[in-house]
Order: sequence, then C-alpha cells, then structure tokens
Amino acid sequence: MYTEKVMDHFTNPRNVGEIENADGEGTVGNPTCGDVMTIYIKVKDNVLEDIKFKTFGCGAAIATSSMITELAIGKTIEEALKITKNHVAEALEGLPKTKMHCSNLAADALKAAIENYKSKK
Amino acid sequence: MIYMDHSATSPVKKEVFEVMKPYLKESYGNASTFYSLGREAKVAMENARENVAKLIGANPEEIIFTSGGTESDNIAIQGIAYKLQSKGKHIITSSIEHPAVIETCKGLENKGFKVSYLPVYKNGIIKISDLKKAIADETILITIMHANNEIGTIQPIAEIGEVAKKHDIKFHCDGVQSVGKIPVDVNKLNVDLLSVSAHKLHGPKGVGALYIKKGTKLKPILFGGGQENDLSPGTENIPGIVGLAKACEIAKLELENNFTYLTNLQEKLIDGVLDNIEESYLNGDREKRLPGNVNFRFTGIEGESIVLMLDSKGIAGSTGSACSSKKLTPSHVLKAIGLEDLDSHGSLRLTIGMENNEEEVITVIEEIKSIVETLRSMSPLWKKK
Ligand SMILES: Cc1ncc(COP(=O)(O)O)c(C=O)c1O
Ligand code: FES
Repeated sequence: MYTEKVMDHFTNPRNVGEIENADGEGTVGNPTCGDVMTIYIKVKDNVLEDIKFKTFGCGAAIATSSMITELAIGKTIEEALKITKNHVAEALEGLPKTKMHCSNLAADALKAAIENYKSKK
Repeated sequence: MIYMDHSATSPVKKEVFEVMKPYLKESYGNASTFYSLGREAKVAMENARENVAKLIGANPEEIIFTSGGTESDNIAIQGIAYKLQSKGKHIITSSIEHPAVIETCKGLENKGFKVSYLPVYKNGIIKISDLKKAIADETILITIMHANNEIGTIQPIAEIGEVAKKHDIKFHCDGVQSVGKIPVDVNKLNVDLLSVSAHKLHGPKGVGALYIKKGTKLKPILFGGGQENDLSPGTENIPGIVGLAKACEIAKLELENNFTYLTNLQEKLIDGVLDNIEESYLNGDREKRLPGNVNFRFTGIEGESIVLMLDSKGIAGSTGSACSSKKLTPSHVLKAIGLEDLDSHGSLRLTIGMENNEEEVITVIEEIKSIVETLRSMSPLWKKK
C-alpha cells in the first residue's frame, strides 16, 4: 500500500534526531490518530541550514517527516513555508488516502518550527 | 519468512489441500443433484459434517456449513434475535467481540433491540457477576466469544452457559479462534450455538460452520434454494467443506500436542521480550490465554511502524494501533482492557503457529529488540532516562 519511495524514507529516514541549541523548534500532534512530530531547525542568513526531526507515528508519518527535511534544507524561510502536504506526498510518489493527514503533520511541524524561530528574533 | 499472524489466517495444511483437490477437478458435482456425480458430493459433505461435529462434541445434524465465521455469527445472532423478538429484545455481549458480532449487534440496535456490552477489565475477561446483573426479563440472547482474536484471552464459557441455561436464555459463542486450539465441547460449554471458521485452523478461507443445538430455532436471514436447513442457502462449497472437515480431523488428533508446543514457544517469546526490552508489557491475562497468542505494547512507539519494520526483516505480525486501522481509531479490545490511546498505539500482536520453531522465536525477539530501539531513538515521546 506504500510506494517504494515511502518505504525507502521509512526504512532509511534522513535527518533523524535533535539539534542542540536549535534556532527553532516545533512540535505538533495529530488530532486524527494522536501522533506527534517535532522538527528542529538551524537558520543562517534566512536559509534553513539544518533540519532534524523526531516522530512518533506510522510509516507514512516517518516517511513524510524525512521527506520534508530533504525538501526544506537549503531553502529560504519563505520558500520553506510554501511547502504543503501535497508537495510532500508528491515527492513520495503518493500516499494512501487514509494517510494524507500524516503529511499534514510534517508541513505543520515545519511551520511551527519556523514560527518559533521568528518569534525568538 | 517467519509468519506469526496465525490469528489473522493460517496456511492450508498439505493434507487439507490434497483432500480438496478432487472436488475442484473431477468431482465437481452439485450436492443437490441426484446423478452419481452429485451424490458423490453429497456423501463427501455428509462425511465432512461428521468430522466437524466430532471435533466439538456435537451431532452431525447439529452442524450447518456456512461461508465462514462472519456468516455463522450473523445467522446465529440475527436468527435468534428475530425468532425470539416477541419474547424480548435484549441481547448481552462483551465489549471485545470480533466486528462480525459487534457490528451485527449494532445493526440490531438500529432495529430496536437493546444490547448490553459487558466490560472485561484489565485482564480481558468478563465477570459472571456483571453478566448476572445485566440479565433482564427481556433478555433473549447472550453472545460471547470463546477466545479473543487480539489478546487471546479465554472467557469462562461453561459458566456463562450455565447462567444462560438457568435463565432460559439462548447462548451463542464465537469459537472462531478457539476451535482446534483448545478443547471445545459444546455440551461441556453449555452453548446453544457456536461459530467455526476453517481458515483459522489450517483450512481454506471462505468456509465455516455453525453448531445449532438440536431444538434451537432460528429465523433465516438469507434466502435461496433451501440448502443447509434453509439457513445458509446457496450451492454448497464442497471443496471448502471437505477442507474444513480435514482440518478439524487433524486438529482433533493433534490438539494436545499442539497445545503443549505452542504454549512453550509462547512462553519463550513473552519472557524473551519482557526480560530484554524495558517498558514492554503484555496485554491481556497471561494464563487464561490462547496458546500461541502474544500481544505486547511498547512505550513511546507506534505499532504500524513496528509491523512494517518487522516485515522488512521478513516477519509477519499485526497491531491494534489507530494508525493501522481504516477508521484511524485504536483497537476497541485494547480500549476495553483500559489502555490509553497512546499505549494501544504501541501494540504488537504475534500469533504463533505449528510451523514456527524455537529458532524463529529467538530471531523474532532479537529483531523486535532492535526495532524498538530504532523507533524509540526516533520518537519525541521516548526520553532515555
Ligand atoms: C473471533 C473471530 N470471529 C469471527 C471472525 C470472522 O471469520 P471469517 O474470516 O471466517 O469470516 C474472525 C476472523 O477474522 C475472528 O477472529
Ligand atoms: S501517523 Fe497515525 S496514521 Fe499516520
């Protein structure tokens, strides 16, 4: 039911972990099934220099977390804020219908981390 | 591959497949016809009825063949409900039944029946005192499963049956998980109706049986050509029926042996995981449990991820996590034993079968240990103390 791309990101997730002294940190919970994702960002000259994540959730939740870090690293804050759940799902070559809400979580966590960064400035 | 999902379904035994084959090829007759090909099918079916009856201590006339556990549950529950509705419209069941029972009860609620769902407490077992309290003048049916498909807990069926008998209430038991794995004797268990499914005991999918105690009247819910006492009409699935019977025959011969073998592997798996992985727990009663059934939970991680990772290591298991369900709700069974949603998230069910061995159990323990570590290292909810 998952694409190969999803399974790849699930079994070899990119950028797992925490960033010490992160510039921004966002945690969101999923109202649908109760899963939790935290994203840490390091920002330099308005660019997302490093991103790490921790996720408690299903295969899709882990894969979307991993994918969004790949999509966002190297982007400016403005560019990163434009990443939607659909971008993540597309980059993963599709998600099952019941799993679309998981990619929501990834997009929201990234936004929350960026908001947190902005609020600190 | 290491297959440890026998409660979902089990592989068809070679001997079962062999007896089925002729009825798919040369002996393809319709059992309702009178020429020799049809008679052959009819004879095979009646022999099959005897073998199924023998496994559960019934008479062959008390067995009807169905399309599986789901149909058996529906015929029994709706059949009694509609037959006896003039006497009363109250049904008692448990809160951990299979959807085939729960959804049937819900359907009856929509038709004006009242249903009481008995609690099962932390150990996953109902209390007879709760049952007695739930009984009312209008109670016409008690339907409670023998062994639970998720946590394997075994209900006190004989005692429930006694209570039912005393109050002159019909008693249906979903025996889909228990038949062939633990002793099931319809007379000792005091049941009026018992559901059986072939694919849980190394038979084929899509075939099952319903035991209907002599003298128990049901209102048909399916209509057709009158087969199986008008209760499960439709051209008989002879290959399936013959397969079911062979599976029952083998199960009867091997029951004791298998019980010991499976219990031993089950104990090793439970101890191996609980002793080696911190914050790992067993869901459901440890003793009153189906041999081979194990249901763990691990703090801080999610079950679908565990199952996917096990799959990537060639191990098949299942979970009651919300994420893995179509409706994105946690298992009602884990909820009923008092688990918070967050805890049932981290559940893993492994159900051992006769093809599994000790070496596989050891491999599975090691793989689970490393998977739990990996997933915890990725989890924001797991903070290493
Ligand atoms: C307890 C229980 N009842 C009923 C069923 C349904 O049986 P079947 O798949 O044969 O319809 C199952 C299996 O899925 C089960 O575990
Ligand atoms: S995180 Fe629960 S379904 Fe994906």
